[in-house]
Amino acid sequence: MIGVPYVWLLLFFVVPFLIVFKISFSWMQPIQPGYAPLFAWVEETQRFVATLNLSNYQVLLQDSLYLSTFLYSVKVAAISTVLCLLVGYPMAYAIARCGPSTRNLFLMLIILPFWTSFLLRVYAWVGLLKTNGVINNTLLALGIIDQPLTLLYTDFAVYIGIVYSYLPFMILPLFSNLEKHDLTLLEAASDLGASPMKAFFKVTLPLSMPGIVAGCLLVFIPAVGEFVIPSLLGRTDQLMIGTVLSAQFFSARNWPVASAVAIVLLLLLLLPILLFQRYQRRELEAAKR
Amino acid sequence: MNNRRWFRNGMLGLGLAFLYIPILSMMVFSFNNSRLVTVWDAENSPTLRWYVRLLENDQLLGAAWISVQIAAMTATGAVILGTIAGLVLARFGPFRGRAFLSAMTTAPLVMPEVITGIAMLLLFVSLEQLTGWPEGRGMLTITIAHITFAMAYVTVVVQSRLAGFDDALEEAALDLGAKPATVFFRITLPLIVPALVSGWLLAFTLSWDDVVISQFVSGPGSSTLPMEIFSRVRRGVSPDINALATILVLIVATGVVLSTLYMKHEEKRRLREEQMARSGN
Repeated sequence: MIGVPYVWLLLFFVVPFLIVFKISFSWMQPIQPGYAPLFAWVEETQRFVATLNLSNYQVLLQDSLYLSTFLYSVKVAAISTVLCLLVGYPMAYAIARCGPSTRNLFLMLIILPFWTSFLLRVYAWVGLLKTNGVINNTLLALGIIDQPLTLLYTDFAVYIGIVYSYLPFMILPLFSNLEKHDLTLLEAASDLGASPMKAFFKVTLPLSMPGIVAGCLLVFIPAVGEFVIPSLLGRTDQLMIGTVLSAQFFSARNWPVASAVAIVLLLLLLLPILLFQRYQRRELEAAKR
Repeated sequence: MNNRRWFRNGMLGLGLAFLYIPILSMMVFSFNNSRLVTVWDAENSPTLRWYVRLLENDQLLGAAWISVQIAAMTATGAVILGTIAGLVLARFGPFRGRAFLSAMTTAPLVMPEVITGIAMLLLFVSLEQLTGWPEGRGMLTITIAHITFAMAYVTVVVQSRLAGFDDALEEAALDLGAKPATVFFRITLPLIVPALVSGWLLAFTLSWDDVVISQFVSGPGSSTLPMEIFSRVRRGVSPDINALATILVLIVATGVVLSTLYMKHEEKRRLREEQMARSGN
């Protein structure tokens, strides 16, 4: 009974990754299941033959498309994460300093959009950013611009999309950290002559580092592999890795190369994922005390 | 002093505007008569024509029904598995493989969906080759995949709820001779009911909302609502999707407000009961 979740996660979470790892070393095969077996019994020689194919990884190294896609994905995720922090920190700070009842109201307002469809919220930005979209129409009507701006299908649109969709994931860990701060420390700092600005940078900011790290990881890790946002809002001449992986899988039907892309992406994100797990463990241990 | 307060509240207001303007704009334009979607047709608007067209669209309605079924099964499965995992992690102390279980339950929280999707699909393909099960892909495989990532969230919710209580109550019951099963059903379960409710709702939403993983593990005839929406919006904006979004937002907003009120009520009742128990002593 107690082992059920364990077995479930082993079978449906760990084993799949081993299979992806295995298939990333196979040859592509046009017939079902789409990849050749690694080990085969060869009738003529009466022997097991193992065919290890490294060419899927060679493709990733040699084709500059993959390298630039990886770099671009990391860049987009990093910039979006920083923007998300800049938007989310003041909001989390303001909520943490509210009275208890307004605090709950604001928290609910932050979480509410998260419960509505992620896909539809990204789609809402298409209507806002389009050439004849709401933003351009408003700016034109106000006479601020005379030519519609190109907003959709740009890096900017992807940043907006990611910040918009992942903002609650940034705010919640920041809030739960900022809420616990001992405000007498700030009083002490000001008694000792520190300006509010200085007190913030010397006291509040260092104390909130765990929240910052957690929020950034919660945004950065999934953003690197993001697929929906770049395909609705992003550039068409520069793809993100999630889009390339899906294209290899669904359009090119090259499962071994898609698996190799997934493995490299996973390795790239391994360190951030481990960091996040360490944070999560500490949070739960702190809650116990 | 007041300046800082203004700055703080101003940033919060701007942030909330940023969160809500896109949703509100979608809702407003769902009543727009024009086919151009974002150009307001003042003469013939507001209109309900997109809502009528939506209700006539059997494909979308069918997909919505499939999504509801999958989400309900996912939420139930994820709550059962996630509760057990959360209990084991919070109450069983150190045991062999604990770190591994804890790692397995937090990894899906941040794992990019494309990776999870490809991994699940390749698992189902390999399983089918080896054992003949599952035969093809459809609602069953989508549900299994959804349970796997949703249970991670439930585990975290249950675990942090349990971390908020010390195990003195459970130990007292055990000392008084209650069987472990009795302790679980009489003490632990009632304590974590709010976590189970919010875990169920969270898992339902995650499943209802998912498009990437579903796309990998679905089969013919098992398109979920997000998959249908995604294939439509990739072709550009369409006014009936605005209408759909409005309906969904209203349902969700009502649900969230009601469940928040319910939780507050329960929490108050619990505090009152605890106080009464204390003063009774």
